[in-house]
Amino acid sequence: MNMAVIVPLLLFLILYFLIGVWANRYVKTSNNFLQEYFLGGRELGGFVLAMTLIATYGSASSFIGGPGVAYTTGLGWVLLSMAQLPTGYFVLMVLGKKFAIIARKNNYITIIDFLKDRYKSNIIVLISALSIIIFLFSSMIAQWVGGGRLIESLTGLSYQTSLLIFAVTVLVYVLIGGFRAVVLTDTAQGMVMLVGTIVLLIATIMAGGGLQSIMSKLTAENPNFVSPYGADRQLTSLYVSTFWILVGVGVIGLPQMAVRAMSYKDSKSMHRAIIIGTVVIGTIMFGMHLIGVLARGILPGIEIGDKVMPMLTLEVLSPVLAGFVLSAPMAAIMSTISSLLILVSSTVVKDIYLNFIKPNANEKQIKQTSFWVTMLIGAAVILFALNPPELLVWLNLFSFGGLESVFIWPIVLGLYWGKGNKYGAISSMIIGMSSYILFDRLYPNALGMHTVVLPILFSLITFILVSLASPSVGRRGTAG
Amino acid sequence: MVILKDKRYAIAHKEAIIGVLLVIVNFLWWYGFAYGLGSGDPRKYQYILGLPAWFFYSCVVGTIIMTILVYLCITFIFKEVSFEEEEGNRK
Repeated sequence: MNMAVIVPLLLFLILYFLIGVWANRYVKTSNNFLQEYFLGGRELGGFVLAMTLIATYGSASSFIGGPGVAYTTGLGWVLLSMAQLPTGYFVLMVLGKKFAIIARKNNYITIIDFLKDRYKSNIIVLISALSIIIFLFSSMIAQWVGGGRLIESLTGLSYQTSLLIFAVTVLVYVLIGGFRAVVLTDTAQGMVMLVGTIVLLIATIMAGGGLQSIMSKLTAENPNFVSPYGADRQLTSLYVSTFWILVGVGVIGLPQMAVRAMSYKDSKSMHRAIIIGTVVIGTIMFGMHLIGVLARGILPGIEIGDKVMPMLTLEVLSPVLAGFVLSAPMAAIMSTISSLLILVSSTVVKDIYLNFIKPNANEKQIKQTSFWVTMLIGAAVILFALNPPELLVWLNLFSFGGLESVFIWPIVLGLYWGKGNKYGAISSMIIGMSSYILFDRLYPNALGMHTVVLPILFSLITFILVSLASPSVGRRGTAG
Repeated sequence: MVILKDKRYAIAHKEAIIGVLLVIVNFLWWYGFAYGLGSGDPRKYQYILGLPAWFFYSCVVGTIIMTILVYLCITFIFKEVSFEEEEGNRK
């Protein structure tokens, strides 16, 4: 359809592929395969660490779903999305050094390695592995569905073809390059996301004749667009505030974020990453959601939220720039999926295969299993995404909140509370997951708060009470 | 029951608390300006640089302030520690 849009997308695909080939050299020559393939040899510098955290976190919903909701809701949704600013500094500050020190000392590769060692319990390994596999698998499918539909609408190719081109590229670079390929492509993709956001924001403000003129158009249509409460005054301050738990501090409980806290080179890298990460996440989240609101002043009357960002881009930018900016949502989608794929694969290989099936596998067997597992998971995700389930933004948020409720307390209290034990951790994981699913099905947004709040609270109470009430098994002096 | 194994943990704990404090400051600033200035009639809002004042202070200035605070904390409070086994590992 539009070559100027297709060419930049293809050029980036080639770049990502080449990064995979380059990273493959490290995989081939490394003398510690597991640490290289699933953790990039713990060599991330500050810039790469910041970009991979952001690119992993920023997904289809940041670039497509989110701006679409902002379009129909107004500035209130930009306010809500700014609850994501802490992800730039909070994850690394809280997990950061302690996690990095312990992980190196004990040679942890996965989050589950840490949980297993801390709580000395195979049940925890199983619950954690299953929840990572189930929740992140569905999350990957949701991301691919978003990606496939986006490419379909941009290029005119069929959904199946668009999906296959992108999914196979991602699968190949993850497969051959491992974690190092994932974080390096994340870095390139994060840059595309950042520059794309800035270019589109400036072009949108100019096309609308300045902020003032756009704001007065919005006020004329419905004054609530410029209020913090949303177009129908549906956003209460309590509800919006609880997003600080879902997409702000709770992010610490996401394994794909937490694992990055043990992958960096030294404390200097971590310090740089915190500063860079805060600036970049602030710019992208603020920019993309504000763009969604401003779009209303330029292209009123778009019915489907997911079309707002692509239509606006084609409207306000020249074809070549539009092609570049439209690679940003694809970059966001690919970077999220690649990180999830390598994480799920590491869970299956390190936490299931090496724990329960073949504890004394040799280096060659581990290598082969890792490739096959990654390949099979990647292929299964593509297969499911070809017959897509619905709900883009909310399916993604479901796996989000569910994982947070499961992992946040076993990770955080495992690091900082010496009295926490395996009974507390197991019961809090079970309560966290089951109460999240029950609330989501039966009583969503209970008491006017986001669904995630009560499950996280329940799992905290459970963790503390059960740990205090049970015998001191699995207690370790890691808290100091 | 606290076992002090390693000096580096004390640094890590202090820095984790700073992370929590920063989020609290971030939230209060964000909430205070958004709902403090934004709760009135939207037609009577004051505007700064083309944006409603509540939004300007809460989302634009708030983000800049947090970036500065994070930078200051990292530069003046956060300490560099070695992650290698040899140093600091006194059991």
